Amino acid sequence: MIQNLADGILVGSVLSLGAIGLTLVMHMLRFANFSHAELLSIGAYAALVFDAVFAAILPPLAAKIGPLSMTWALALALLAAIAITGASALLIDRLVFRRVRSKGSELSMVFASFGVAMIVRNVTGLLFGLGTQLYSRDIVFAVVVSRDPLLLIKPDQVFVLAAALLVMVALHLVLTRTTLGFALRAVAENPTLAQVNGVNLGRMIALVWVLGGGLAAIAGVFYGLTNQISPMIGRDLVLPVFAATIVGGIGSVYGAVLGGFIVGVAANVALAVLPSGYSPSVPFLIILAVLLVRPNGLFGEARA
Amino acid sequence: MGDAVLRAEGVVAGYVPDLPILKAVDLAVRRASVTVIIGPNGAGKSTLIKTIAGLVPLSSGRIIHDGADISRIRPDRLAAQGIAYVPQMDNIFRTLTIRQNLDLALRRAGAEAAGRLEDLYARFPPLADKRNEKAGALSGGQRQFLAVAMALAARPSLILMDEPSAGLSPKAAQEVLECARGLTEQGVTILLVEQNVKQALRLADHCYILAEGRNQLDGSAADLLSDPVVGEIYLGARRKGAA
Amino acid sequence: MIGFISYAVFFSTVASILAIAVLGLNLQWGFTGLFNGGVVAFFGAGAYGTLILGGTPQADHLGGFGLIYPLALAGGAAVAGLLAWVVGILTLRLRQDYLAIATFGIAVTFENVMRNAEALSGGAKGFRGFERPLRDLFGDGFGYNLAFFCFVLALLVGVFLFLERLVRSPFGRLLRAIREDEDAARSLGKSPARVRLVSFVTGSVIIGLAGGLYATFYAFISPQDVLPTLTFQIWAMLIVGGAGNNRGAVFGAFLIWGGWTSSGWALSRFAPVEAQLYTGSIQYILIGSIIVTMLLWRPQGLLPERLVISQAGQPRKPRTTGSMT
Repeated sequence: MIQNLADGILVGSVLSLGAIGLTLVMHMLRFANFSHAELLSIGAYAALVFDAVFAAILPPLAAKIGPLSMTWALALALLAAIAITGASALLIDRLVFRRVRSKGSELSMVFASFGVAMIVRNVTGLLFGLGTQLYSRDIVFAVVVSRDPLLLIKPDQVFVLAAALLVMVALHLVLTRTTLGFALRAVAENPTLAQVNGVNLGRMIALVWVLGGGLAAIAGVFYGLTNQISPMIGRDLVLPVFAATIVGGIGSVYGAVLGGFIVGVAANVALAVLPSGYSPSVPFLIILAVLLVRPNGLFGEARA
Repeated sequence: MGDAVLRAEGVVAGYVPDLPILKAVDLAVRRASVTVIIGPNGAGKSTLIKTIAGLVPLSSGRIIHDGADISRIRPDRLAAQGIAYVPQMDNIFRTLTIRQNLDLALRRAGAEAAGRLEDLYARFPPLADKRNEKAGALSGGQRQFLAVAMALAARPSLILMDEPSAGLSPKAAQEVLECARGLTEQGVTILLVEQNVKQALRLADHCYILAEGRNQLDGSAADLLSDPVVGEIYLGARRKGAA
Repeated sequence: MIGFISYAVFFSTVASILAIAVLGLNLQWGFTGLFNGGVVAFFGAGAYGTLILGGTPQADHLGGFGLIYPLALAGGAAVAGLLAWVVGILTLRLRQDYLAIATFGIAVTFENVMRNAEALSGGAKGFRGFERPLRDLFGDGFGYNLAFFCFVLALLVGVFLFLERLVRSPFGRLLRAIREDEDAARSLGKSPARVRLVSFVTGSVIIGLAGGLYATFYAFISPQDVLPTLTFQIWAMLIVGGAGNNRGAVFGAFLIWGGWTSSGWALSRFAPVEAQLYTGSIQYILIGSIIVTMLLWRPQGLLPERLVISQAGQPRKPRTTGSMT
């Protein structure tokens, strides 16, 4: 049980990072983006490629950082992955979403996102193979934190949780301390009013995509670091990430953070009760429960 | 009017091209004056002001500000050019604090931002007292002052206001309108839409009456206030509407 | 020649079954504007429902009610309708994309439960123990397939005519009115949520019927048949054919199913062996590209909706420059 809780918090940090970007996009562009989870996949694979590249160019970088399985090369690759994924998100918007937005309704965008997800997922499969891959083949042993109840934690997991929390704190500071953050929140609340107050809407939308893509890349690499990398990352995470945004309330960054942890913990604790095969169903049950009890989520506002 | 700072010429505009709400509107606003637009519901008053603010696309005609055509300029650029717009409702960011609302409005002010913020607090003391509260918690009148303060932050030369007194108590409405009047003494031009016809005409210099997307009548506010026909239609209609 | 005709019958049977599902989706999306992101859940509910109700008793999983076939098929469709009712009640009064997410979720969950709940569905091995109806009469070969095709075709025509009448009825006009302008419809005293629910459940019953036919045709259903991919395929059929046009829906079903099977055949025939593993990926990329291309190039589909009524004067307002009055 306590092990499930610990694992859940870890998964939750990944889901939170993914959900922050999704909730912003869903709120500002007003469509459920089914391709958002594919950005995690793009990030995970981009880091895989750059990890190999950096390690090849400068072999000392292939050294591990302390007790982690993460290498210096992977740390640098993470930065590259953030840039690549942010750019991909922006590119997809320019190529597909922005054009559909200008001619269709918001639901056409939902549909387009299905198509985009399918293309990204399968192109990834074609490029990198359908099998699973790992950043590091070295086995890192878990540390026994407690024997009774048994609690095993890997150094990577501690790092991922700490780093994810750090990213969230940084985002919090941007949103509450900088005028850029105010502008983002202003656009989320009332795009027209933000425009008349001098905010360039097109630039903010681009920023949201880059931000969402960057956070998704971090989430994807962290997921790959603690699980494994496969072209199905997007397929497996799309529903949990949606569940996190709905639990938190669409448009709320803090709701997305909390929602991510709630969904991660609930899905893992549920494993203590349910047979493990059922874990993909848990996010849906959470969505149903939220829609039943509090349809606008924990922090969301009713919006027509 | 040779010294008009803002001109609308044959403006046709609406949310979709085939369905103009403004069918043909001309307008000229003198520098440092208060001009009020009145008219029955659905006349296109709010649409006119939004069109000038760049929020509604023109299908023909043009809008000229300080000699330059601003008909197709994005709203955020207009704001940067000194044209401020205060919407009727939802005119502040409820989820931001008052301070954050003002900081956002002062985003382009650079080194002057701190000084201007103090000026705004001095001008609207209730905002200073509640600077760290969420703007959503403000009363209707205070919200309106915050909205005006945000408009002033960029030191605009022209402020467009959409029914600034809507939903306010008579006292608060009077305060808001007097605040607008006071701004003209610093050279700011005010163009506003008002339902509160009598109050607005008393404060305004010039008045346009729109009906069904077209100019109906215009003249000096004092003349229209004493015009028996206008009095019967608009001032009487307002009393009936309020009853 | 016989080989070709036999294949043509086989192909047309599957295409017709899918066409029925596309018609059901057309009622939801084309005529009512409801985004069903989990078509496959309702398709699967009809399939599993039909087999469980109509199958012979099995030792290891539920089934064996041995209902006569028409009742089993209707029962399967009813299971799909029930599922739609539950999802609809919860989501139809909310933001539209909640329905998309919830239906997508129920499809994932449905597949997951069918894969794991062996006592209910036979688990990953699939559901066995169903005998195709009237086997004694038609045998197992071409004759049976031909007869079954005629049955499917009759149902397709029946569903088509039913929907054509429905959308021309006052109820059909109401659906479109709500799709175009919910507030106006509400001001007429109609409850959009209720009308949407009726449309959503009806469409899902039709999709469930298609699922029942599909399972009957193969006398088998497994979690492999209810993957999200089927949802995409059915959607692509509707978008390519033309949402809001029943002819377009049927046309799109045959066109896309033809493209899907022929691309699969061409890849298996001409692609190098080492690429064979990726046949599925390539086909999915094709489907995804078709969806995106259609939305960009011709969102109304090849056979667009012929507007019977339009809400003149109530077009959608552009969002970024939206009204604030």
